[in-house]
Amino acid sequence: MKIILNIWRQKDVKSAGKMVRYEVPTVNEHMSFLEMIDVLNEDLTRKGEDPVAFEHDCREGICGCCGFMINGIPHGPERGTTVCQLHMRHFQDGDELWLEPFRAKAFPVLKDLMVDRSAFDRIIAAGGYVSVNTGSAPDGNALPIMKQCAEMAMDAAACIGCGACVASCPNASASLFVSAKISHLALLPQGQAERDRRAMRMVVKMTEEGFGYCTNTGECEAVCPKGVKIENIARMHRDYIKSAFTYREESTAGGAG
Amino acid sequence: MALKLDSKIPSGPIEQKWDKAKFEMKLVNPANKRKFTVIVVGSGLAGGSAAASLGELGYNVLCFCFQDTPRRAHSIAAQGGINAAKNYQNDGDSIYRLFYDTVKGGDFRAREANVYRLAQVSVDIIDQCVAQGVPFAREYGGVLANRSFGGAQVSRTFYARGQTGQQLLLGCYQALERQVDAGKVKMFYRHELLDVVIIDGRARGIVTRDLATGAVESYAADAVVLATGGYGNVFYLSTNAKGSNATAIWRAYKKGAAFGNPCFTQIHPTCIPQSGDYQSKLTLMSESLRNDGRIWVPKQKSDSRGANAIPEGERDYYLERRYPAFGNLCPRDIASRAAKVVCDEGYGVGPGGRGVYLDFSDSIQRLGRHTIEERYGNLFEIYERITGDDPYSTPMRIYPAVHYTMGGLWVDYNLQSTIPGLFVLGEANFSDHGANRLGASALMQGLADGYFVIPYTMGNYLAGVKPGGVDENHSEFRAVKEKVSGQTRQLLSIRGRKTVDDFHRELGKVMWEYCGMGRNEAGLKHALERIPEIREEFWKNVNVPGSEGELNQSLERAGRVADFLELGELMCRDALIREESCGGHFREEYQTEDGEAKRDDEKFCHAAVWEYAGADKEPIRNIEPLNFEYVHLVQRSYK
Repeated sequence: MKIILNIWRQKDVKSAGKMVRYEVPTVNEHMSFLEMIDVLNEDLTRKGEDPVAFEHDCREGICGCCGFMINGIPHGPERGTTVCQLHMRHFQDGDELWLEPFRAKAFPVLKDLMVDRSAFDRIIAAGGYVSVNTGSAPDGNALPIMKQCAEMAMDAAACIGCGACVASCPNASASLFVSAKISHLALLPQGQAERDRRAMRMVVKMTEEGFGYCTNTGECEAVCPKGVKIENIARMHRDYIKSAFTYREESTAGGAG
Repeated sequence: MALKLDSKIPSGPIEQKWDKAKFEMKLVNPANKRKFTVIVVGSGLAGGSAAASLGELGYNVLCFCFQDTPRRAHSIAAQGGINAAKNYQNDGDSIYRLFYDTVKGGDFRAREANVYRLAQVSVDIIDQCVAQGVPFAREYGGVLANRSFGGAQVSRTFYARGQTGQQLLLGCYQALERQVDAGKVKMFYRHELLDVVIIDGRARGIVTRDLATGAVESYAADAVVLATGGYGNVFYLSTNAKGSNATAIWRAYKKGAAFGNPCFTQIHPTCIPQSGDYQSKLTLMSESLRNDGRIWVPKQKSDSRGANAIPEGERDYYLERRYPAFGNLCPRDIASRAAKVVCDEGYGVGPGGRGVYLDFSDSIQRLGRHTIEERYGNLFEIYERITGDDPYSTPMRIYPAVHYTMGGLWVDYNLQSTIPGLFVLGEANFSDHGANRLGASALMQGLADGYFVIPYTMGNYLAGVKPGGVDENHSEFRAVKEKVSGQTRQLLSIRGRKTVDDFHRELGKVMWEYCGMGRNEAGLKHALERIPEIREEFWKNVNVPGSEGELNQSLERAGRVADFLELGELMCRDALIREESCGGHFREEYQTEDGEAKRDDEKFCHAAVWEYAGADKEPIRNIEPLNFEYVHLVQRSYK
């Protein structure tokens, strides 16, 4: 089948971009969406044109590299799917599609469909962890964890950090991403010691990085390829508000021996 | 010049070797640790855990990854689980049994002392990951759950649904980001290693290309750690991520780091079959599925009926028939070869007869759909998304695919390569899996190396050298930078008629055909003629569009494929000389009467350690003899 693609082409972070129209006449229904762009890129290369830059790595929906907008929807029209796992059998011969990078102030466009999502790493570095040095852990079974808690923590931890939630949000909020990490650790006993600090620091960092705040639109949950739920955002709000009362940056008064 | 290979295996009983080694190692006092800088290349389970742990100890760590964030490393795609000798199931597991299973599973081509240490620290890994908040599967009483994997008769695999690799990597990534916040690790994203810099015989730094801007940069350090994964993408189609590459280890090899057992590659039995020429990669279906899925083909050749139309009596559950003791849970090399045999004989199913069924109907009947969904839901979804078929109602169609490389840079017991100060961790080294890796052992090895081995052995190395002394202005850095920039300019100047992928596919076909699941002398000799031809054409006729000083994905791929075109040849050379079959290396000339791998322990009970001799010279094959004092050499049997 034939697919018509209008793709955002932008040379680099400083240049202005524009939509360019391409036709891919030999699309097979078993191809993935990215394999279709591979075919287009091989063709462009043979013609001496610059291939379309897009981010991808594992191509099995887990690394979180890939992602762009297809007709205004992050990762395209299929629910619960990354674009690398979106197959062409969901499209019709002659379909015309518009591909754009994820757009947000905190995600500068590097080239074509690629954006810089390093703000996510800086948010995790602000507190998205349990402080436990290698070697200091007790036996794995010393801390029983309710099966249901482990399952709920896993639901939140399934986030792949692709950024679709930010791209779909009218406020370009990273709340679903941030709350997924806050929830994952807040639901487990290991995460309790730093729970307040984590919520406070991660939420503050999110704002500093230029992401907006949540207004309960719910777009993020609808486009999340891993089905991360907005109830996590409610948990984040609660932890953040609580930490505003209970958390203080550590005192510098030292003096131990 | 033959290499002097010193494996540095500590003396004494195997149970005490690691303790003894740790005690004898030199220490760096806390105030001195901050004077040392360590470069870690790669941010997967091995690199990420190493960088985090070294940062915690107080060293200055510079960590590099080619992806946009360390959390993308391909460890993330591991599905099924991680082994550990916890014996929480009370089913007879022990450190010794995990050690024994791993040596036997590797078909007696791994170093006993390394494998024993791996089994020992496996228990600490689980504790560490639980403490980090990795959401492992739990029983109703709150304790950790286990499942079984191939090559073992105990349940020792810990898991987090079908996303164990992801959760372990996120644990390790979070530990890494904590060190970034603490200022002990500086993270370099979108940086690809282009060469290792050796000064006065020691690894002193690396030269990288910033993939976002094209800038070529130098970084100096007191030691360098490579944790850059395996080289399965030499086959073009594999279960590896598209970006997985051999450039770091290959360029280190050309700088003097010897390469161990390059021909030892693992073909995973349960992957989704190829659907067309445009195919860009193959997707794995976790080995854990073999806990509840039964593998079969029709008893009638070229049977065109649908799977559900074939009655029970006309199905051949060939793994259960041939290996009654282990059945569907025999090791990967054996399961893959058995699939190839039935397909070669004409019993295969699906397009081209290249597939076998993996059937869950019995388990769904026995346990209910809910239980199967809970155990494998996400894998079933992946399968349905890719193939459009529903595995709850029709059996999966699967076929073997390249998955893992047991070979890699040679390292001693301390994980140091033949270049002093250059350490190699995880899949990038050759050390622990012999000729075949057992399922759920890659995650174990990556984390063992990074969390529990390198923090000790790195200290031992650094305690013997003075910190600093060279920086990026050293003439050797400038020379290496000039050399790698020259190669980049050369690739861009060819402007030929074929794309990088054209060459990669061509190489992949040769490798799969002649150096894949079955290998023989004539085929390997043919491949050794073909690969240099493809390589020669590559350097005359490749078209790499764009320029040097920009984000250029074609250029990135071109550099990686150029290295694969050299590495593929070494793999074939190694496979040709190893005139025996062992684990994943199956030479058709050397098999038992019933088609099993036939080792030749007289001639080949050693690791082949290849030494680079120069651009147009044949590499030199050294050997490290392997001694089996604890697990006695026998023909593997899973019957």
